Amino acid sequence: MAISNRCGTGLTTRLGVRRQLVVAGHGMVGHRLVEELVEANGLAGVDGWEVTVVGEEPRPAYDRVALSSAFAGAGEDQLTLVSDGFFDGPGLTLLVDEAVAAVDREAHTATTTTGRVLRYDHLVLATGSRPFVPPLPGRELPGVFTYRTLDDVDAITAWCAGRRTGVVLGGGLLGLEAANALRLLGLEVHVVEMAPRLMPVQLDDGGAAALRTRIEGLGVHVHVGASSEAIDAGTDGAVAGLRLADGTTLAADVVVISAGIRPRDDLARACGLDLHERGGIIVDDSCRTSDPAISAVGECAVAAGRVWGLVAPGYKMAAAVADQLGGGDATFEGTDLSTKLKLLGIDVASVGEPHGPGAVLDDPGSATYKKVRVDSEGHLVGAVLVGDASAFGDLVQLHRSGAVVTEVLTLLAGTAVAATGPSALVCSCNSVTTGDLVSAIEADGISDLATLKACTKAGTGCGGCVPTVKLVLERQLAAQGVDVRRGLCEHFPDHTRQDLYDLCRIEGFRTFSDLLARHGTGPRGCEVCKPTVASVLASLGGGYVLGGEQAALQDTNDFALANLQRNGTYSVVPRMPGGEVTPRQLMACAEVAEDYGLYVKVTGGQRLDLFGAKLDDLPTIWARLGDAGLESGHAYGKALRTVKSCVGINWCRYGVQDSTSMAKLLELRYRGLRAPHKLKMAVSGCARECAEAMSKDVGVIATEAGWNLYVGGNGGFRPRHAELLAEGLSDAELVRSIDRFLQYYVRTGERLERTAAWIERVEGGVDHVRRVVIEDSLGLGADLEAQMAAHVESYECEWAATLRQPDRLALFQTYVNEGAPT
Amino acid sequence: MTILHTNPAGSVGSIPAPGDNNSRQNPWEDVCELGRLSVERGAAALVAGAPVALFRLADDEVLGLDDIDPFWGVSVLSRGVVGSIAGRDTVASPLLKQRFDLRTGACLDDPAVSVATWPVRVLRGRVEVARPSFVPAL
Repeated sequence: MAISNRCGTGLTTRLGVRRQLVVAGHGMVGHRLVEELVEANGLAGVDGWEVTVVGEEPRPAYDRVALSSAFAGAGEDQLTLVSDGFFDGPGLTLLVDEAVAAVDREAHTATTTTGRVLRYDHLVLATGSRPFVPPLPGRELPGVFTYRTLDDVDAITAWCAGRRTGVVLGGGLLGLEAANALRLLGLEVHVVEMAPRLMPVQLDDGGAAALRTRIEGLGVHVHVGASSEAIDAGTDGAVAGLRLADGTTLAADVVVISAGIRPRDDLARACGLDLHERGGIIVDDSCRTSDPAISAVGECAVAAGRVWGLVAPGYKMAAAVADQLGGGDATFEGTDLSTKLKLLGIDVASVGEPHGPGAVLDDPGSATYKKVRVDSEGHLVGAVLVGDASAFGDLVQLHRSGAVVTEVLTLLAGTAVAATGPSALVCSCNSVTTGDLVSAIEADGISDLATLKACTKAGTGCGGCVPTVKLVLERQLAAQGVDVRRGLCEHFPDHTRQDLYDLCRIEGFRTFSDLLARHGTGPRGCEVCKPTVASVLASLGGGYVLGGEQAALQDTNDFALANLQRNGTYSVVPRMPGGEVTPRQLMACAEVAEDYGLYVKVTGGQRLDLFGAKLDDLPTIWARLGDAGLESGHAYGKALRTVKSCVGINWCRYGVQDSTSMAKLLELRYRGLRAPHKLKMAVSGCARECAEAMSKDVGVIATEAGWNLYVGGNGGFRPRHAELLAEGLSDAELVRSIDRFLQYYVRTGERLERTAAWIERVEGGVDHVRRVVIEDSLGLGADLEAQMAAHVESYECEWAATLRQPDRLALFQTYVNEGAPT
Repeated sequence: MTILHTNPAGSVGSIPAPGDNNSRQNPWEDVCELGRLSVERGAAALVAGAPVALFRLADDEVLGLDDIDPFWGVSVLSRGVVGSIAGRDTVASPLLKQRFDLRTGACLDDPAVSVATWPVRVLRGRVEVARPSFVPAL
């Protein structure tokens, strides 16, 4: 990529005739303008423009909308909008870490912060916006941040290390994004909004209330109608809290201010362009400023009477200006502000004009809210969706087409409105319709989602429409007679994991090669189907996972019976049922850790993780742990990990059942059970739920009346509360229900599908699972129980089995020729 | 790259021309018995000080790649699962599952990335790997 800090004037002078375009600002909109130019003309230079983009940040344009994903580990290269080699094209120069500092409209020159003078025939201001920081005392303190750039992300991340509580000032879209970011950094988060509700621009009271319920369900504290008075410092001089007007103070180790944006119009102001009285560069419907040689696009501009603080209208302005630069006469006359967002994993959408009376479906139980506004002639005026935005695409289409709505209730229920004509807008960020997608699929023979996204740009903005894009692709391929395969991989194109499980169970396949020869294609399978079948065979009682041909199928972790870490070493986790460990076992762990230089960490699952073991040392480490009575914890397998528990009735004043003993019983019963994905469980001794059972695949909570069984919970990237499967169970009923539940999941789950996703996928959800597991509606109960009994019967510690077999131990050698003469 | 198969006659006529420094040296380094390698699985060996991933396929052909995963700089490719993708023999890195062509070293998931290949032969039941010509003979 030609990212240069030097001026490429040689070419300019030589060609002479090329007109000079200078773009001040390399954000999402500025970059889109250049892309549009290049796309419309093949190469920017073809149309006679020599383009110089000046970007203030130290990196090329990136996806600011997805900024919070940077906290979830997305790197700069995943967020970048600039494809490799883009600026290598003729007539394109990108200057980064440099800004336009002054414009001389008489001389037609822009001077940059490095003193470079760029002559322009046309200048585009795409300087974006800056975060608005209210004049609060203490806003300069260390630990107070704004949230707009990747540098902000880096600064916030660095500051938050080891800190616990964060306050976000502002409960709008960006504020909630920032709250999510702090959450991802592990902080306890407060959101403070001055308006009486969250997202006051996009949502009405009912929608905001549902959103608040869901956000609070994630553990984020919400304070609305709260004015801030000052940011207080601690004794160390850094931020310590946010003081509210009502006198309360929220303790905070970090404060992120996200109280809106202001257009960056300083450059325009300095060179005398017309500005809006509340800020922003006034442009006409061609996006021209009061100087026809200068355009402004994106959030620095006031177009059609307002600042458009979303990326989609910015893209439309960029497209209009690019068209004009190529000789066209496209205009920007405002746009629909319908948006669909995913905030903290929650679907939020607003269509048209969301404020005002409408038909409402408000379900406080599930915190789902829908409002549809239809005028007296039956035209859709606006809508608000919170918690379930599946109807968004249809509603936007209805709103734009002006079609008459006859069934408002159907709209509310979210069932198909059948707005699937070719003009239905799928991606509102990039204005891609169903028709655009279909013609790309037909004309270019596209058959996969990634290519379709790359070619049409659909789904590359906020990403909210990706499921719809996928659906359009699948439907179109099916319509073209292309077989839409839902199989596991190219070797089993017609079989899902469940199909393969059934084949092995019913037809009795016991090796991968037999199964492949009979039902698959190709010589050997791959990294997808091999471990899947290995897991299926193990679930069906295939015995020792490193026995015979099975060994070569296993993923690295199962092959080494340990967890591969990023530096190539392994971690070792002995099983400690109920979190109980004897002094002798603890000593064995300590001695092994000391002798092999291992890092020791107590896990969230109440056991010890020993990191940094070399492949060669695993057998001797395990021989020593085994001598102390420890066995494999299966931390490496798609298998039961641990059953977490509290101390229950034995010690706790509130406990009503013996949760520790039940946890031990369950862990010893289901240890080693291979499943589509890992399994986590917990048992709490009372409703206070200290074992966090509601976030586990199987959660058990004690009551005076017996055990309550919850299933399908999940922590991690997409947290989900477990749902109640049965209540008031005796010990025996509990065990029988879990036996059936786990085996039903093992039988029907897809590859790498946790129970949470599985329950959401199966038709009928948890009600269906309850009918099968508790009411035995399919008559599978006895079969599932017998299968679990067989598992319990045949269990053996995999490390004990491995240590007995010298030929297996040879696999634990880093180099096959070590010590051999060379 | 040259892949040399087991020669039933045990001929050594197919040895690649070694570099000038090594002209009188045998470029092949003995690694281990073929039986030491698991079928359809990888194992690492040290050749001329470098970690090499050796993969023994079902027909006893043995292929060699650099063992270092270029995305992470860690010596682990030999521990990945062997597969076939669209007719190419592959291994998937155990770290983030990028796949590499066992015969060319090309990464299937990132055209800009590849790993070096190492000539391997099986002679009289022993696996031998050719030292790179620029490494002086021991």
